[in-house]
Amino acid sequence: MAQFTLPKNSQYTEGKTWPKPASEANLQAFRIYRWNPDDGANPRIDTYYVDRDDCGPMVLDALLWIKNNVDSTLVFRRSCREGICGSCSMNIMGKNTLACTLGIDDCDSDTIKIYPLPHMPVLKDLVPDLTSFFAQHAAIEPWLQTQTAEPETEWRQTPEERSKLDGLYECILCACCTTSCPSYWWNGDRFLGPAALLQAYRWLIDSRDESTGERLDNLHDPFRLYRCHTIMNCANTCPKGLNPAKAIAEIKKMMIARAV
Amino acid sequence: MADNRADTRVSMRTPLARVKGLGASGHGVEHWWLHRMTAVSNVPLIIAFVIIVAALAASPSYQEAIGIISHPLVAIILLLAVISVVNHMRLGMQIVIEDYVHDKGLKIAAVIANNFYAVIIGVACLYAILKVSLGRILV
Repeated sequence: MAQFTLPKNSQYTEGKTWPKPASEANLQAFRIYRWNPDDGANPRIDTYYVDRDDCGPMVLDALLWIKNNVDSTLVFRRSCREGICGSCSMNIMGKNTLACTLGIDDCDSDTIKIYPLPHMPVLKDLVPDLTSFFAQHAAIEPWLQTQTAEPETEWRQTPEERSKLDGLYECILCACCTTSCPSYWWNGDRFLGPAALLQAYRWLIDSRDESTGERLDNLHDPFRLYRCHTIMNCANTCPKGLNPAKAIAEIKKMMIARAV
Repeated sequence: MADNRADTRVSMRTPLARVKGLGASGHGVEHWWLHRMTAVSNVPLIIAFVIIVAALAASPSYQEAIGIISHPLVAIILLLAVISVVNHMRLGMQIVIEDYVHDKGLKIAAVIANNFYAVIIGVACLYAILKVSLGRILV
């Protein structure tokens, strides 16, 4: 059966409350998931206090502030700090999003709770293992495939054809959508998940691509594609405002278009 | 063949090999399409079914109730409703099983049981409607 409870060694315990900073005028509390693969202990939830007067406005700023000033062992991914690399995706206040584009004030909470992306193996603290996620992206062959002799210049498309890629090409593969999807939680080994399917549609709808049929063949499977039950968590959580559920629905429409 | 590709404890396959698994099965669109088609046909058929059941409940005598079901239009609507609803139920339940039952043997058993159940319920309903509807002619 699908596993609805955490395994015993994944159930978290109350962790450490770290000392408050010297200036207590403008504090924000954070409750952050900690897990170290080396100490054999269960995950724990640590409490940190951040001096808002000394810290930038975003949740990622607070995490960096904690790492710099309170606890250098806190582990998380981050790179661009402007919502384009997709590294700092995590579950903040119960919603998958990018720590760098979510304001501390927007959390509107006395205690901001931060967990790793749901239902993925955790490597350490807030870092999930996304190996399978990226393999699923590779499995849909996200590159232009053609048989026609390559033109002297670029492959051409009309502005209308190009506009069909809007709302698809912006995906940064942060995995917020895929890890928010219950179908992916239960069948992530066979269901490709919203992010990979959105990218699949990005190449299906590309007017320059000549492998549309083969791409559809590759998705024609009760698990790879049809595990999507339009739950729409993906569209709800996407920090870039994209709609993977709609892209998947469009793939299903293409399946019907060639079958009926 | 037991597919252990996804199990990293016993398999050293690459992540891509694990994700690709046994490949796309090449079906699924029929299941999806039939599920949607029966959803559409369920709408008028269930409305008609409710009206028929209300009429049966309101009929003053057993003989009159049999008379209602014996009407060809009523009988045909009931037969169609059973076929549509039972198929919709079978397809939907199979999705639920595939979603939540992960043990290979249990899954196959559940899918078989689901199909048997739908066929038995369907045939029993069809038989009952035909018996009541055609009873006056055949006896």
